[in-house]
Amino acid sequence: MGLGIAFWALAVISVGAALTVVFLRDVFRAALALVLCFLTVAGIFITLSADFLAAAQVLIYVGAISILIIMTIMLTRGVRQGSPSGKLRVPALFTALLFFAAAAFAVLNTPWQIAGAPPQEPTTAALAGRLFGEGGFILAVEIAAVLLLAIILGAIVLVREK
Amino acid sequence: MPVGLNHYLVLSAILFSIGLYGALSKRNAVVILMSIEIMLNAVNIAMVAFSRFIVPALLTGQVFAIFIMVVAAAEVTIGLAIIIAVYRGRETIDVTNINLMKW
Repeated sequence: MGLGIAFWALAVISVGAALTVVFLRDVFRAALALVLCFLTVAGIFITLSADFLAAAQVLIYVGAISILIIMTIMLTRGVRQGSPSGKLRVPALFTALLFFAAAAFAVLNTPWQIAGAPPQEPTTAALAGRLFGEGGFILAVEIAAVLLLAIILGAIVLVREK
Repeated sequence: MPVGLNHYLVLSAILFSIGLYGALSKRNAVVILMSIEIMLNAVNIAMVAFSRFIVPALLTGQVFAIFIMVVAAAEVTIGLAIIIAVYRGRETIDVTNINLMKW
């Protein structure tokens, strides 16, 4: 019961925040609404009993990515120009609605095989076992490390003064 | 009616559609990147919901969500670096004016 109330509240707030991001003309306030959207997604992870992912969501999205976005808004002239819609507004709306209709139809008409088992809590140790353990994702973890190194170097090269 | 897998998947589809509309219709490059972040978050919700309701013992969906987060952080970093580099050269981040490679 409490889980249901939490889900509906978080869902309404996250959809409202996402709509604010898309429809607000003020870029800075849109970025703040984006932070709210990230926070509610972390709450939705908690209702799914994914505690490690909720903490990672707060650290990475709310902490790091939103700071990057706000700093870029400050460094460019985005605040003064606002965020007007382009010429493709109506086709974009049509595409988004079409996608939503197709996705909702597919979701609601698929007989999912729901497992009745209770969720694992806490998930941190189990996730570490999946990532680093036998038959896990250790190669992907190493590739992610190389990717992050490449990203750091690429960002430095791209924004360096000539 | 208790909250089940369908609720989470429909919420994920709603958020993804909102992000899709923003990414397709906006002219400010930073707002386009913000919309893409909303889409990636929607995908993460779907992944974790599948992990919770279909295979609660395996946690595979949560592992995928972690990798999506890593790639999203990488993508937004490079995207914003490109935006700042373009802004230095052309004094604008309006994607309809950034048409150097358009024929």
